Amino acid sequence: MLHIKCPHCGMRSQNEFSYGGDASIKRPKLNKEISNEEWDNFVYNRKSLRGKHLELWQHLSGCRQWIKVERDTATHEIFNTYRADEEIS
Amino acid sequence: MIQKFRLQNGGLINRDKKLSFKFNGKTYSGYEGDTLASALIANGVHLVGRSFKYHRPRGFFGAGVDEPYAIVQLYRNNETEPNIKATEQELFEGLEAKSVNCWPSVNFDIGAINNFLKIFLPAGFYYKTFMWPKSFWYRVYEPFIRKAAGLGVASTKHDKERYEHKYEYCDLLITGSGPSGLASAYAAAKNGARVILAEDKPRFGGSLLTSDVNIGNQSGEDWANSIISELKEMPNVIVKNRSQVFGYYDHNMLVMSEKVSDHLPKTKKHHPKQRLWYIRAKEVLISSGSIERPLVFGNNDTPGVMLSSAAKEYLKVYGVIVGKNPLVFTNNDSGYETAIEFKKNGINPIILDTRVNPQSEIIDEAINLGIEIKFSYVVVAAQGYKKVSSADIAKISDDKKQLGTIENIKCDCICVSGFWTPTIHLASQSGNKTKFKEEIDAFVPGTSKQNETTLGAANGIFTLEETLKDSFMAGQDLSKKITNNDNKISFPNVVEKKSSQYDKFWCVPLPKGKNYKRFLDFQNDVAVSDIEIALKEGYRSIEHVKRYTTLGMATDQGKTSNLNGLQLVSEIENKVVPAVGHTTFRPPYTPISIGAIVGREVGKHSKPTRKSPMHSWHEKNNAVFVDAGVWLRPRYYKQGSENLFEASKREAKNVRTNVGVCDVTTLGKIDIKGPDAAELLNRVYTNAWLKLPVGKARYGVMLREDGIVMDDGTTTRISENHYHMTTTTAQAANVLSHLEYYLQLVWPELNVNVVSTTEQWAGAAIAGPKSRKLLEKLFPNNDVSNEGLPFMGYMESDLFGVKARIFRISFSGELAYEVNVESDNGQFMWEKIIEMGQEFQVQPYGTEALSTLRIEMGHVAGSELDGRTISYDTSLEGLISKKKDFIGKRSLNREAFTSSDRQKIVGVVPLDKKTSIPEGSHLVKDAKAPLPNKKLGHISASCWSVEHDNPFSLAILKDGKNMIGEKLFVMSPLKNKVIPVEIVSSHYVDPKGERVRS
Repeated sequence: MLHIKCPHCGMRSQNEFSYGGDASIKRPKLNKEISNEEWDNFVYNRKSLRGKHLELWQHLSGCRQWIKVERDTATHEIFNTYRADEEIS
Repeated sequence: MIQKFRLQNGGLINRDKKLSFKFNGKTYSGYEGDTLASALIANGVHLVGRSFKYHRPRGFFGAGVDEPYAIVQLYRNNETEPNIKATEQELFEGLEAKSVNCWPSVNFDIGAINNFLKIFLPAGFYYKTFMWPKSFWYRVYEPFIRKAAGLGVASTKHDKERYEHKYEYCDLLITGSGPSGLASAYAAAKNGARVILAEDKPRFGGSLLTSDVNIGNQSGEDWANSIISELKEMPNVIVKNRSQVFGYYDHNMLVMSEKVSDHLPKTKKHHPKQRLWYIRAKEVLISSGSIERPLVFGNNDTPGVMLSSAAKEYLKVYGVIVGKNPLVFTNNDSGYETAIEFKKNGINPIILDTRVNPQSEIIDEAINLGIEIKFSYVVVAAQGYKKVSSADIAKISDDKKQLGTIENIKCDCICVSGFWTPTIHLASQSGNKTKFKEEIDAFVPGTSKQNETTLGAANGIFTLEETLKDSFMAGQDLSKKITNNDNKISFPNVVEKKSSQYDKFWCVPLPKGKNYKRFLDFQNDVAVSDIEIALKEGYRSIEHVKRYTTLGMATDQGKTSNLNGLQLVSEIENKVVPAVGHTTFRPPYTPISIGAIVGREVGKHSKPTRKSPMHSWHEKNNAVFVDAGVWLRPRYYKQGSENLFEASKREAKNVRTNVGVCDVTTLGKIDIKGPDAAELLNRVYTNAWLKLPVGKARYGVMLREDGIVMDDGTTTRISENHYHMTTTTAQAANVLSHLEYYLQLVWPELNVNVVSTTEQWAGAAIAGPKSRKLLEKLFPNNDVSNEGLPFMGYMESDLFGVKARIFRISFSGELAYEVNVESDNGQFMWEKIIEMGQEFQVQPYGTEALSTLRIEMGHVAGSELDGRTISYDTSLEGLISKKKDFIGKRSLNREAFTSSDRQKIVGVVPLDKKTSIPEGSHLVKDAKAPLPNKKLGHISASCWSVEHDNPFSLAILKDGKNMIGEKLFVMSPLKNKVIPVEIVSSHYVDPKGERVRS
């Protein structure tokens, strides 16, 4: 079971969180004309990356904040966690 | 009965406490501190089971967790447990056990005919035989194989024992209390670290209990005892025996199974039987020791052939001799230690050493004691069926290829030692990349992936001095990093005998003309010849060879067999062992009972139960409850001898003619506040929300980004920047997360807060033509007329002194209201409604009547919003705004969503107006068409229409829009029903929706 550092609450066990997928996906702006391809990429197309991955988790049984977690999908190593509004360099 | 094989003195058992037990119906006696295995051996019992495939007789091979043979069915306190290792089960008064995998008895086992059929049962026989004729598989082969396979029998009774889960954090978790575990725990504990020391056996000390060593001028055992007593006194240390750390998971989470009560005749009151520990450790020190490796020779599975270390443990720990005429067959010095212990207790062993001329202190001691030693000698085959009676032995050439003349010598046991295999399971589970250590022909941990260090024999280090030095240092260094303390511990003086180099030889060649089975895997009956066949047939990967031959796949998971299997593959393939590689080690290290994994989460504790504030009223009024997610909701209120059908019909009818009241507390409620609340709703729902006036409610549908309907419900504008959203019971949590996702990540610029208020409000739906009259009585000071409180209106009021919210919304399609009060006042509200409603014939109604009412009105709910339907399918497309963008809108122009024959909700009525239609049935055009009969749609919900007094269903049907009036068939192969039906509008009652506005 993973040990995830919630930027708001501190180290917590994985079973307090729920997984939210790729954090690098940006939702297209409302009312913006976009191609089918762009929309499909947003809704469906995800890479199944091996290695470092920035992903979303929600601290569901805690502060309920969505957070970003930088994790290695192969080794489960967690390098860093960020608040939802934090810019990641 | 006299324990013929028990020594007069010695051992760590409590000779003052005699225990009686039964094995296969016969009564024996043992002592407190015995295992079932040691007690049976003390009584001269060596036949305990039959092997898995050939049903060959099985005795004891080890003395602990590695045991492949002695698996029994245990009876304890009127319960039974299968597949218990006799070598691990501690003896208690009244213990009962039986052999498994034999019928009618262990002595006369009919399955043993397989032993003579073994020529037909080679590796992979499952895949080769039983293939033809095909029709025989289900009728003949499979039932036969199922009956023949398997070991013990699981109990079919509910397990009344209690199992607990416990969570613990520590600085250092140390697995195993042998020399390395004790030394590292002691050093770390002295540095103030929080330490957990886990030992799977009842006694602490590991190999120190059986080896002839001296630490700090004490015997190994005394030193271990003194360290343990000191550790037990320290507040920063948890010391646990009977506790097996069996799994190493991510981020240094380890799981340990503590057998709290298995060694007692009965679990003590308020005690669990077992406790599962989830331990998050900063550092893990693996001190799990090593397991002796077997030597392979003909009939090496005969009862009486066992590991030399096990024979020594039975002797030193239990005061039991495994034989009075022992043969020790070894390729290293460990066998000598066993022989010396025999000799010291007046037994004369013979040692066969595969080595030519080894020299060491231990060998000298054996010679000085006058033990007969034959160098360059091997056991060719064990003789005897249910117990070893003699051994065929021979001299072996220096190149280990040629056997000399075969001699037969009498013996009653053969103690084998093929050197040691480090127990690297936990290290490997942690992700450690193991490496092959040539000097010991075994894998040892290599590069760690997590904070884990392996010490002592588990790390391939077999001298006590080096082990202790490493372990003191590791304990000290790792704890220093955590606690910043640096208490040096003086290193004790160690006396041990030096060993000589072991011999890599392990598999005795077959003598000419003999075809002995030489077993590698003793539990699954995998012999040398099976591996040879697998390789001959082209299997190369060790993972494939394992699965084809079942090597290492039994309940012991190949603890004694895996390495010999690898060596054999590498020899035949002419590859080095590391190139062959080892199969993956996976948790659990040893079988764990299901009860321990489940813990307390059984029965009604398997999930939380949520009850509405009116629950006790429902109970008092004969409600029959149903699970709705985690909620308990009244399904119907039973009157007299009514059944579900009769009661729900009565309740629904009363809503249509008078007035009914339904507990709707379980609906999800979300409080939405902030200046941008309307904007959020406008983006979340498909319809327009910016112009909803204060004091008005609106029905809305929300989509997922892929265009599929996610949920529906009404949202009411309480004040300028304050909305009250309702969701379905099932989707309440998901909708909240959904809103939080968009507010926190996608549109953080929106100034809105959302919070769940589901449990803050108690809700009652008051529905029926007389509902307004009832409302007038409940709220005499308010104008609840059609003008004062129109459809979709909202007002705040006072219910006999209690703050209340009134929503004019309807789920049943009748004139209806929903009244909310703060949860604490829920029961009060409910009682008032019932009291005031008497003159209008008010009746409570449950979820079954509620469903009936909504189905005949064609209102969609969970069974239509099943994650596959879009707004069009459920006839909610009228709520889609063309003027604004919202979540999921861009997906709605997908080809499948816009096709002209898209599925749509319809009503279904049986032609005979009598036959009920099972939910989930398929709709087809032709009931007699050949299979696969094309499915046009499915029945999503069924009821008995109280308005029309006949069955009515909703269905999602292909091209539903153009199917009204068509005649189709409903087919339910599960219920074996074919029903001719007519497709009608989904709005079966009040199609224009006049009642809700009346």
